Amino acid sequence: MASAVSATGAVRTTRQKSPLRWVLRVLVITYLFFLVIWPVALVAKATFSRGLAPVIESLSQPEVIFAFQLTLVVAFWAVLINTIFGIGISLLLVRYTFPGRRALSALIDLPLSVSPIVVGLSLLLVYSGQTGWLGSTLENAGLQVIYAPPGIVLATAFVSLPLVIREIIPVLHEIGTEQEQAARSLGASPVQTFARITLPAIRWALLYGVVLSLARSLGEFGAVKIVSGGVAMRTQTATLLVEERYGQFGPDNTTSAYAAAFILALIAVIALTIVTSLRPDKESS
Amino acid sequence: MTASSLAMPPVRVEPPTRRMGPRRSRQATSLSGASALGLGVALLWFSLLVLIPLTAVLVQASAGGWDAYWAALSSAQTVAALKLTVGTSFLVTMINILMGTAIAWVLVRDHFPGKRVLEVVIDIPFALPTIVAGLVLLSLYGPSSPLGVNWANTRMAVFLAFLFVTLPFVVRTVQPVLLELEPEVEEAAASLGASRFTTFSRIILPSLAPAITSGAALSFARGISEYGSLVLLSGNLPYNTEVASVRILSYVEGDKLTDAAAVASILLVVALVVIVALDVISRRVARHG
Repeated sequence: MASAVSATGAVRTTRQKSPLRWVLRVLVITYLFFLVIWPVALVAKATFSRGLAPVIESLSQPEVIFAFQLTLVVAFWAVLINTIFGIGISLLLVRYTFPGRRALSALIDLPLSVSPIVVGLSLLLVYSGQTGWLGSTLENAGLQVIYAPPGIVLATAFVSLPLVIREIIPVLHEIGTEQEQAARSLGASPVQTFARITLPAIRWALLYGVVLSLARSLGEFGAVKIVSGGVAMRTQTATLLVEERYGQFGPDNTTSAYAAAFILALIAVIALTIVTSLRPDKESS
Repeated sequence: MTASSLAMPPVRVEPPTRRMGPRRSRQATSLSGASALGLGVALLWFSLLVLIPLTAVLVQASAGGWDAYWAALSSAQTVAALKLTVGTSFLVTMINILMGTAIAWVLVRDHFPGKRVLEVVIDIPFALPTIVAGLVLLSLYGPSSPLGVNWANTRMAVFLAFLFVTLPFVVRTVQPVLLELEPEVEEAAASLGASRFTTFSRIILPSLAPAITSGAALSFARGISEYGSLVLLSGNLPYNTEVASVRILSYVEGDKLTDAAAVASILLVVALVVIVALDVISRRVARHG
């Protein structure tokens, strides 16, 4: 088969264009076209169906601006917490041995496969002001968590927790400890070793993890819906706004739902493109 | 190329040497003062954020005793929701196994202009906010569909939403493994007279099996826990298009936290089973790789 010689005398190699290859190619492109490409294009079209002016007008409503501001602030804190926690726990998991390390390493992944609704419920049970395990204590100390921004940050941090960790752990394994040990033996402090040796080595993976967490944080919906209450101008994030506006009648509300959704989708696609273009290709070689 | 593991942080099927193989000297040290303190702080935060809340779900589920737990789970509406969720997730996972492997195959082995665009397209369902994903599907399969179908508020909508959000999982777990696979082995098999089918089933499929299994497990876990993309799309009709997550939410909104926790405990157990399965698979691959 591989040595078969075609009529033109060229040896057929693995690059041959067999019918099966064409069938697969057409099947895959058609599938992706109907599942992703066409629907996404239609949302972009629907957003601008009445022109640019209504879109800009709906995006400049105070409720919409507030929702996006809240979303950005929440995402900032969630990503910051997850980055610091992520670097710390990754170094501990890779560089140290301690009892329960394997269990911790597996449990870290749990937030990715737990339903956002279960995440919301679990936070409600612990931090709710009336009935929560810790909520009433915190409320007496003046900190309201549920139906307030801290709860939204907690929910967002929960769902995006493993993303940074899962990106930097393989790199930490890969680079080994020789350079770090050399630096330490030459008298560098732990902070210097981290800043000069470890951080530069993991910076691409870290950036990748951060962008992933950011995209996930901006788009979180289910968990936030339970813990935030979704009050406009107080605890309504951008995704909650899309839901509310879509449910209301009138072309203006529909336009603002689509406009907000379009902005969120745009951020997601931009983040995605940045990530794929920034990441050095040496990873997969 | 860009075999980015965007959607699949949990799986380490990739280069099997990575997780376990001490390629260079990797001496794990035991904890000293500062690192022990760091571990303490990290564990405290992880407990406050994840472990204590998830434990609270299990405790709350058992609050009313076994009878209440069973009553919550066996209510006809909950049973219908669980059946729909598990059944649809299973079906979608089967389709993902076939289509995901086919997509990964095309992305790795086929070459045509615009292939890089498909790479981004695969990741869109993961990066897109789930509520927007619902809106996106509604535009092609909803009331104003250019195809002339209206699947909004039907079980077909649930199926489509699951299919959309789970798209990247099998693709992104199979792709890196396929990249590592040496074409020489297949050529050798072919030159020894193996048919295309034999080469695929004897050479390629066994190497891909762990990756496909991991992708399928992730896809199933994601399916049964899906909520956001269904909000605008499925109508959440009881006994018809209501899934488990929506069932939990309506219990929460009705302030029936024990019933909500009972249904949530089922989803939580499935999530745990998937995590353990993935851990076992990646360790086996690392050992044999």
